Amino acid sequence: MVSTAENMETTAVQETPKLKVSNLAISYGDTTVLKDINLEVKTNEIFGIIGPANSGKTSFLKVLNRMDTFNSNMSFEGDAFFNGLNTRDLRNLYALRSRVGVVFPLPVGLPLTIYENVALSPRLRGVKSKEDLDIIVERCLMRAALWDEVKDRLNSLGSLLSGGQQQRLTIARALSQEPELLMLDEFSIAVDPVTTMRIEDVLKELKQEMTIILVTNLVQQARRLADRTAFFLNGECVEIGDTEELFTGNVKDERTIGYIEGKFG
Amino acid sequence: MEMFSESLLNKKNKRIQSLYRSLFMMMTLLLILPVLVILSTLIYKGGSIISVDFLLTDPINGMTAGGIFPALFGTVWIVTVALIASVPLGVAAAIYLSEYAGDNWFTRAINLAIINLAGVPSIVHALFGVGAFVIFFGFGTSILSASLTLAIMTLPVVIVATKESLEAVPIAFREACWNMGATRWQTIRRVVLPNAVSGILTGVILEVSRTTGETAPIMFTGAAFFLPFLPQSVFDQTMAMSLHLFVVSTQVPNVPDALPYGVALVLIAMVLIMNSISIAFRMHLRGKKKW
Repeated sequence: MVSTAENMETTAVQETPKLKVSNLAISYGDTTVLKDINLEVKTNEIFGIIGPANSGKTSFLKVLNRMDTFNSNMSFEGDAFFNGLNTRDLRNLYALRSRVGVVFPLPVGLPLTIYENVALSPRLRGVKSKEDLDIIVERCLMRAALWDEVKDRLNSLGSLLSGGQQQRLTIARALSQEPELLMLDEFSIAVDPVTTMRIEDVLKELKQEMTIILVTNLVQQARRLADRTAFFLNGECVEIGDTEELFTGNVKDERTIGYIEGKFG
Repeated sequence: MEMFSESLLNKKNKRIQSLYRSLFMMMTLLLILPVLVILSTLIYKGGSIISVDFLLTDPINGMTAGGIFPALFGTVWIVTVALIASVPLGVAAAIYLSEYAGDNWFTRAINLAIINLAGVPSIVHALFGVGAFVIFFGFGTSILSASLTLAIMTLPVVIVATKESLEAVPIAFREACWNMGATRWQTIRRVVLPNAVSGILTGVILEVSRTTGETAPIMFTGAAFFLPFLPQSVFDQTMAMSLHLFVVSTQVPNVPDALPYGVALVLIAMVLIMNSISIAFRMHLRGKKKW
């Protein structure tokens, strides 16, 4: 009996989705940009979000990290649960944000050295020893496919790198948080195709360690990486399903096929 | 060749362009004329009296001869104490206003008050200093009273300079830090302040140059006409350069011509040196853009 109860408990823990969103609606002032979003992201899956520009993908990510508090104009209704906890009720948003790594399409290299850009988050959580920091910095830059280009100038400014390099620097920075959830918003927008493929390979490995939400304009990228994919269109979630199913035409809504086949968007 | 030959319209535009150019240049030259006249008069009439002895000896014979050491010493005292009082206060207030305070009526009222504080005439500050520091707090006429009066008067300089240099750091940097779970203070301490510090220093130096030259706020609160000894603590009165210049040029009979010009020259040199350092800082800042 006892062992059954324990089993049930473990099962219950495993079944708590990393992220659960119910009836989410996001607005800026009076303009609603996203509504009726209900979805779950499982632990250790790559969840793709595709959809044309202006369909609310970035706003969705912002709410998950509670970035609505940075912008008095932005508000949301409904609930988003992280590890089963309602992010609306969280007192300690710092703890939430430190567990969620975000990479936005316009990369922001902090006006610190390349090394300090990546070492900042570990430092914030109390890592002090130089050796530990060195290891973290090298590993994160390696994973973000930037190490070879910057290993000889770790002390030059991160904010003066080229656009694509800054993008990979922000990926390294997000990884340095050792996040439970990594959210990538069009990470490949300024990155060349070869490097993009390298990062994609890394993402497939990272899946073992963390949950990944991948927002992308490149539907083929979603197909290559995502276990499940959601299709956002004009502020609505049109479809959520197994990625292979969607790409093999097994869809509930005709618009999904239209977008995937490039008929609009 | 046809393409590059001048049309009538080209000629007209060029004529107007050179007209405006010379007009603006003349205005600029007109601007620096008073500075040149003042400086050259001071050097011509007072330059002969400047020497190491002049800077390092006491005034003698009823201030008609000797040097200016007590006044120079007193000015350094007053400015230092004023800085110690106003810089931490002003920088902290500016950090609060630009990093923590929300955009509401209260913040706007404070900002308005700071701008108004900058517009209050110095004689009003002087009388406030007498009422508040000399009488109410009981500091008497002392370096402390004079410095605190100057500190309040120059606070807006520090606050505005600090706020401007904090606001020059793009908001995107702060959001990137917050996104990693950094607190406001961690963000300020690690990213915002390091990039604003040169601008803050520039503001502080500007404040120094303003504090050095002020006369009215210190004449009732701590600066003395003539003192035969140097101040021992902040509760003593002191002589000061600006008041000394006023005294030797208007209050003391039989002063040799060169003396007031010499005092003015030293005073203006102090201010100019401070301003040059400030400008050099700013150029250094521009040369080291981090984004």
